[in-house]
Amino acid sequence: MSTVDLRQFHQTFFEESLEGLDAMEQALLALENGAGDSELVHTIFRAAHSIKGGAATFGFSDLAAFTHVLESLLDELRGGRRAADAETIELLLQSVDCMRGMLARSRDGGAVADAASESLRERFAAMLGKPVAGSAAGEAGPGLSADGWRIRFRPLPHLLRTGNDPLRIFRELAGHGALVVKQVQPLQQPRPAFAELDPTAAALGWELELHGDIPRSRVEGAFEWVDGDCELDIQLLRDRRAPRPSPDTAAPAAVREPAAHEAGSIRVSIAKVDALINMVGELVITQSMLGDIGEHFSVDRLARLREGLAQLDRTTRELQESVMRIRMLPIGAVFNRFPRMVRDLEHRLGKRVKLELRGESTEVDKTVLEKIGDPLVHLVRNAVDHGLETPAERVAAGKPEVGTLRMDARHEGGNVVVEVVDDGAGLRRGPIIAKAMQRGLVRADQRLDDQELAELIFQPGFSTNAEATDVSGRGVGMDVVRRNVNDLGGSVSVRSREGGGCTFTIVLPLTLAIIEGLVTAVGAERYIVPLIAVVESLQVPAQGVRHVAGGGELFHFRDGWLPLVRLHAVFGCSDAVTAIEQGIVIVVEAGARRVGVLVDSLVGQHQTVIKSLESHYRRVEGISGATIASDGSVALIVDIGGIVRLAGRRKAA
Amino acid sequence: MSQSQQPARVLQQLTFTLAGEEYGIDILSVREIRAWSRVTRIPQTPEWVLGVLNLRGAIVPVMDLRLRFGMTREGYGPDTVAVVVAVGERLFGIIADSVADVFDAREDQIKPVPDLGAVVDTRFLKGLVGDGERMILLLDVERLVRPEEAEALDALLAPVDVQAVA
Repeated sequence: MSTVDLRQFHQTFFEESLEGLDAMEQALLALENGAGDSELVHTIFRAAHSIKGGAATFGFSDLAAFTHVLESLLDELRGGRRAADAETIELLLQSVDCMRGMLARSRDGGAVADAASESLRERFAAMLGKPVAGSAAGEAGPGLSADGWRIRFRPLPHLLRTGNDPLRIFRELAGHGALVVKQVQPLQQPRPAFAELDPTAAALGWELELHGDIPRSRVEGAFEWVDGDCELDIQLLRDRRAPRPSPDTAAPAAVREPAAHEAGSIRVSIAKVDALINMVGELVITQSMLGDIGEHFSVDRLARLREGLAQLDRTTRELQESVMRIRMLPIGAVFNRFPRMVRDLEHRLGKRVKLELRGESTEVDKTVLEKIGDPLVHLVRNAVDHGLETPAERVAAGKPEVGTLRMDARHEGGNVVVEVVDDGAGLRRGPIIAKAMQRGLVRADQRLDDQELAELIFQPGFSTNAEATDVSGRGVGMDVVRRNVNDLGGSVSVRSREGGGCTFTIVLPLTLAIIEGLVTAVGAERYIVPLIAVVESLQVPAQGVRHVAGGGELFHFRDGWLPLVRLHAVFGCSDAVTAIEQGIVIVVEAGARRVGVLVDSLVGQHQTVIKSLESHYRRVEGISGATIASDGSVALIVDIGGIVRLAGRRKAA
Repeated sequence: MSQSQQPARVLQQLTFTLAGEEYGIDILSVREIRAWSRVTRIPQTPEWVLGVLNLRGAIVPVMDLRLRFGMTREGYGPDTVAVVVAVGERLFGIIADSVADVFDAREDQIKPVPDLGAVVDTRFLKGLVGDGERMILLLDVERLVRPEEAEALDALLAPVDVQAVA
């Protein structure tokens, strides 16, 4: 054991354990909702069991001790000796949180057990009736269990200096069964005087009895890390058979793959990898075909060359899509945390909520997936705390007692749309306007439509809750949600009906690496406008433009006027169309603002792979990145928000 | 990259001509030499950054040294090349009239740059090496893209370049 550096497996252990805890949590919630499936109990048990095995192997003894007691309880559940009542499930859910904390602390290398975990462990032990542990499936080999064990443990003086602590070992043993200290002996005879005691040297030896039906391997496991640093003698209590060495049973269970995981690894389904291999295979065939044509080229083979190139084109595109698909993960991984969260919020806030999840299998880019969690948590908290009413209020308003919160994910064009819909009270106009006036955001005589009202809640520090609850209402929230979503290149909007609930809609690009772009010409240059931002493009007649004080221009669009941004002016392009009626105006949306962007003409629509300008140059205002055009030249991608800012500055200057 | 404790080290220089003068770049920082091709202009950028080009998928800025040195722009001809240079992790291209050859400069023969007056901006030179009639001005590529010197290549370049220069 000491020859292998187990730390290389830690990351895998943490990842797997956290996944196990997620599975456990989901199964517990399903159990709570009345799904009496015995497979659920098995799932929970398996998760706890593998965490225990791993924890023991990697020396996280506090975690192992904790999961051990948990496992005993689960074993009773599994055997039908205990009913999965509300109290048990609540306790088990708490234990999931507790283990998450313990895993985090194990990872950070701090003390693993804390007051919460210890008290939970005691409660489990109390539920088990007697502090008897054991009976982990498959571990208790024949002849190896008994009423208990007598343990003679005499640390060598240097044991404390190796970072081991006998107390921790005892605590772990006590987690397995009733631990009785029979005798404490000083290691040195005669006992040294107090002044001569070395606090870093072990001074005491113990004789212990551990009662319970415990496999020997588990007792030995507790001493695994002091092997060689102590004298240890473990004997059966009852029949005093000679101790049999038993192999370490926990180790092979957890040491599965020696993959040294970097932060940010990804699990890819075999199907996706196979698709990729297929594609590469085709690419190789095409390549050899083209190579063959090139080697013996004559004009009559031109048709074949064309055909080969077309094939290359198709295969490359498919390959690109397949590679991108590797980064795509189902959004369910994020959604899964909400049943638990909503359940806890219900309990804390005294509300009743039915959570509906839809479209969990919708796939989004891994980066999007990682960053969408926090905004969604904010939205769900807000919906339960502010949006949904208490059961009494709901009944009074003539609604069903139980509120509904729906989370829905789906693909729409090149985007992922995630909606958080509640049937609560909606945005309350009165308090919001009062608050906005107080903060000087609106004037008393201003009439706001629903959209403008909704915009207010995205202002930094905007909260109408009179008191901050511990759930939400501290004034951080919606502006953070908007900023996070904007950082991902997406947008968030809200529709509300007073008394009828709120719908928050998050629109995100499917992937951050590829965008659908509108290729535009400005003078001799090509600029790409992200299609996600484009509302419409149109030709504006010269009389449709008004000049306003300060140098700005407005143009007529539908029934209103929008500011006009001349791309050639902002980017300083020469030879561009300056007469508005000869160019094309693209109406784009930046955040909540709409502006018209004047370009010479539209060239086409292309899917473009975004490249960073910053990797070799620097950030350029108004440009979000670059891409390689079909002729190999570089085309720049317009950052809509950036050019709106730039245009504003030009006007001010 | 250029300084060393050992005396008489030979520093190979790729030399190129620009406005009749011969310049040298430490050959270890040269990544490739490309024939001149049109670059894509970047807005909000100083004049001497001509634009960006596609170097096998990487977007690399290209600098016109004439403009950087305060000279006037000349047309780009068939001999015009872009020398792609690496500073730290970053790549950038330098436009030169033509590439001459590789010159072995012994470190102890590198002389400090005399005040050349208004002809050449000496800020970007780190030395001068002579060989009979020939005189080669050694370019300080790090300094060319250094933020303090190049107000437009702002702080984003700093982590790499400050270290490289220090």
